[in-house]
Amino acid sequence: MINLETNSINSDLNPWKSDFPIFDNNLSEKPLVFLDSAASAQKPNIVINTVRDFYESEYANIHRGVYSLSAKATESYESARKKVSNFIGASRVEEIIFTKSATESINLVANSWGIQNLTSQDEILITTMEHHANIVPWHLLRERTGVKIRSVKLDKEGYLDLDHFHELLNPKTKLVAITQTSNALGVNNPIPDIIKAAHAINARVLVDGCQGIVHNSVNVQELDADFYVFSGHKLYGPSGIGVLYGKYELLESMPPYQGGGDMIVTVTTEESTYTVPPFKFEAGTPPIASAVGLGAAITFIEEIGIDVIATHENKLLKYATSLLQDSNLITLFAPTTNKAGIISFIYEDIHPHDIGTILDQEGIAVRVGHHCAQPTMQHFGITGTVRASLGLYNTMDDIDSLVNGLDKVKEIFS
Amino acid sequence: MTDLRDLYQEVILDHGKSPRNFGLLETKTSDAHGHNPLCGDTVTIYIEVDGKLIKDVTFEGKGCAISIASASLMTDILKGKQITEAQKLFDLFHAMVSEDSKDIDSYTQTEDLEKLNVLAGVRNYPMRVKCATLPWHAFNAAIAKGSKEVTTE
Repeated sequence: MINLETNSINSDLNPWKSDFPIFDNNLSEKPLVFLDSAASAQKPNIVINTVRDFYESEYANIHRGVYSLSAKATESYESARKKVSNFIGASRVEEIIFTKSATESINLVANSWGIQNLTSQDEILITTMEHHANIVPWHLLRERTGVKIRSVKLDKEGYLDLDHFHELLNPKTKLVAITQTSNALGVNNPIPDIIKAAHAINARVLVDGCQGIVHNSVNVQELDADFYVFSGHKLYGPSGIGVLYGKYELLESMPPYQGGGDMIVTVTTEESTYTVPPFKFEAGTPPIASAVGLGAAITFIEEIGIDVIATHENKLLKYATSLLQDSNLITLFAPTTNKAGIISFIYEDIHPHDIGTILDQEGIAVRVGHHCAQPTMQHFGITGTVRASLGLYNTMDDIDSLVNGLDKVKEIFS
Repeated sequence: MTDLRDLYQEVILDHGKSPRNFGLLETKTSDAHGHNPLCGDTVTIYIEVDGKLIKDVTFEGKGCAISIASASLMTDILKGKQITEAQKLFDLFHAMVSEDSKDIDSYTQTEDLEKLNVLAGVRNYPMRVKCATLPWHAFNAAIAKGSKEVTTE
């Protein structure tokens, strides 16, 4: 295990790829070159096995049965919550709410905290680099409350325009909803500075950590984030599980988002009383096995070390960027420093969907189009890009395959 | 593995790069906008109809090689057709690009279908069928009314 950090981008020395069965079982003729982890990451054996073992030997509904199997399932589910809590540095485990996705986490905040606290006199500050999950819930909230939404511009390169941020931030701003890392460009935002500035005028901050948590170690207390959301499936965990972190006193003051079983104290046909966080926000049977699987994914990441993963991805990013920059036919979007393992580009005037189809025939999976971030595309005056995003199973061979695949595109379109 | 050249035939690349009948139609009697939310591609079809006769068709838009080539080929073929003929062609074209069971040869009986047959390779790429059919949906909408937007979703 010596020098893994320095050698892992070499295909023969990547110690993690063999943990991911999809690379052995993929049915297509060519080996899978998976460069779409920013959309959803592949799953390691430990996650797949944990979910299977849970269904095979521990499964029952949680928080309900007096029988031992239900108690065991409850223990596994709550132990996953504890893992998430430790992973992001929450001050107490009750600050972790399981949802079905990061999207649901943001909708929860909009529908609960937003409806309770925002009026037509207030403003929400978002940015041009948000993905749709951190835009549309606020548009829906505006329809119900009249709250105003203002958006921070990007500069020419694709960084957040901090001057514009400070210009827009004003006493009417009650919430700043911002991504830690752009999903379309990979750009990291200066979240600690943004939170400090927002708190100085008593605004709350929701951080969308969908991309950020995959590439950075996160401590919500150090950040002083009011809300932090992410999804399990981008973190090598199962789909169908998301997380909402909220400061406990905020969660305590917020009304329930959905009603149903497990979030009540007493119910009569006339009225209900609600229980405390996190259960107040987890109505109905939650995605139990997916939560347990997310716990396993966190164990997997912690054993490797998020910093080791980030170093690995940064090396690959540098390698890919230097190869792609060599071609004068390729336009790279966003700068090459202070970013996560995401490379967004266009290739001459060839439409990204045509490129995606041709790369797919070479076994290369990339995302093409607007990446559910249309305002980011509008900023650059384009409708879409090709996006290659990196995970810990990627190697230099994958980048070489991408470059060779682009030669194939050129061959067909020349 | 299907051969990419079946999808990206020379005719498609040619129409994709140099689309025919591209631009606003001054004499239009109707138009319709088509939009594919998945990729952001857009197309606007302009038609000049006299009674049941399609006198002229043009289009404007942004899109991939497949959607631009499909719009270009479509406008070429529909010019001078009766509306009923156009709708029959759409049905056959739709089947050609989306139904696996049909034999490609069965579509090549007429000159028009033979021309459209260059797009038949799309059937092997389910994610791309909508690229080929978007202009036809927009054409149908232009015939049906006028300027109501259609989407592929």
